Amino acid sequence: MTAEFDVEAYVALMAATLGLTILPDWRPGVVANMAAVKRAADLVTGLDLGDHAEPAPVFTAGFGVEAGR
Amino acid sequence: MSDILFSSASEIGAAVRSGRVSAETVVEASLAHVAAKDPNINAFTDVAVDRAIARARVVDADVAAGRDPGRLAGVPFAVKNLFDIRGLPTRAGSKINRELAPAAADATLVQRLEAAGAVLTGGLNMGEYAYDFTGENVHDGNCLNPHDTSRMTGGSSSGSGAAVASGMVPLALGSDTNGSIRVPSSFCGLFGLKPTYGRLSRARSFPFVPSLDHLGPIARSVADLALAYDVCQGPDAEDPHLSNRPVEPSSETLDDGIAGLRVARLGGYFAKGHAEANAAVDVVCKALDATAEIELPEVARARAGAYLITGAEGASLHFDRLRARAADFDPDTRDRFLANTMIPALWVTKAQKLRSWFRAEMNKVFETYDILIAPATPCVAPKSGEKLLTLDGVEMPLRANIGVFTQPISFVGLPVVAAPIWLKSTHLPIAVQIIAAPWAEATALKVARYLETSGIARAPVAEV
Repeated sequence: MTAEFDVEAYVALMAATLGLTILPDWRPGVVANMAAVKRAADLVTGLDLGDHAEPAPVFTAGFGVEAGR
Repeated sequence: MSDILFSSASEIGAAVRSGRVSAETVVEASLAHVAAKDPNINAFTDVAVDRAIARARVVDADVAAGRDPGRLAGVPFAVKNLFDIRGLPTRAGSKINRELAPAAADATLVQRLEAAGAVLTGGLNMGEYAYDFTGENVHDGNCLNPHDTSRMTGGSSSGSGAAVASGMVPLALGSDTNGSIRVPSSFCGLFGLKPTYGRLSRARSFPFVPSLDHLGPIARSVADLALAYDVCQGPDAEDPHLSNRPVEPSSETLDDGIAGLRVARLGGYFAKGHAEANAAVDVVCKALDATAEIELPEVARARAGAYLITGAEGASLHFDRLRARAADFDPDTRDRFLANTMIPALWVTKAQKLRSWFRAEMNKVFETYDILIAPATPCVAPKSGEKLLTLDGVEMPLRANIGVFTQPISFVGLPVVAAPIWLKSTHLPIAVQIIAAPWAEATALKVARYLETSGIARAPVAEV
């Protein structure tokens, strides 16, 4: 998958989409880090967890409201 | 005076409570040591001289009046500069944040330590916005390892490690999102506790990754770690992430020993560090008579999940700053933060699902074992300025990979004590992780205490 991913083009497209300025000196570092992110994503998305896996974050309704109020 | 300053927080507290030494004397010794030694170490970014002296006098007045000043009476401590300190902007290692208004109140954990009699002496250096494992910071200067100033402290709680290792304070607070308490504990030869996710209040500390952020203590003795942890526990209506667990003190059971505990060594993924990392685990497993070795499932994917969640939440936090003034970031964090703004949501959602899955897998492991042992870092402290790390024959960027062994563990919020080991083959320390089941901090601390009293783990003051 990584071989098909044009990381430089992706960084250029996303920087424009998000309104980010990436100076020429910064670009190699950003591209290298985006490539590292993609490698991590390949690992994470490479494991089939099925349709019913629950994401970890928990939202607690009513947090901060005193009981009985 | 170094005798009392270099003793443990527990001993200082006992001496001050009994009137054998005044809090002001101890705090003045601490401040003098900072003034003399910090130019060589760069642990402190703010020294709160007037505040500390005033607070010490309050403690002494309590002792004189027969009031209990608390178990940490007169103990100087300092905190990573992402904790709010009343009257100072919470810089969180950045240039940008020092333009913030001064904090109106101390962070909850600072308040709790001071309520137990401890005395805050200042804010400590850290990697920018806690996105760091090295201890290097372009804005405040690098924090240097007191055991060898040519080497990194580890980060991002760099000043916390350096201040305690150099004897400036016996106790410091740090934060740990992916290893930032455990890594400096390893490189600086200290005991560090990353509690269970949700155990200690994060109120009035500057965030990094809300899904993964933890706060905790670093010290030179396990009793101090336990004492600080105990007084920091408790409910806090100002922290929505906090669990509703009751306070579960650890100090009372600290010397109960390790009889009956089922201990396993983590192999496979965790055996890919340098020889020192494996040797430290050998020493600890021999001392604990731990012969079982297990491999966790899908550890590399778990670590990758932490990497994605960290990237996405960190970039979300800083997005407006990255758009408006990216040039003001530390170059070592800027490129990573910028890349992380581009992480698709579906990768992050999948990572959060993986987090639930890995938690369930770890729960199964803890049906069979009480304690897991793994290296805290893959190597001893690298030389300052190094950029690459070779692991298992593969060269990789150093900064992101020092936490290769800590990251999968904090991904699912497990409590860990880092215990420092000194091998004959090197003058540098390296820590092992003593990993317990969720909410079993007391068990991990008990094991660390056993290693300490057996002479296996120790945290001496460095000669600076």
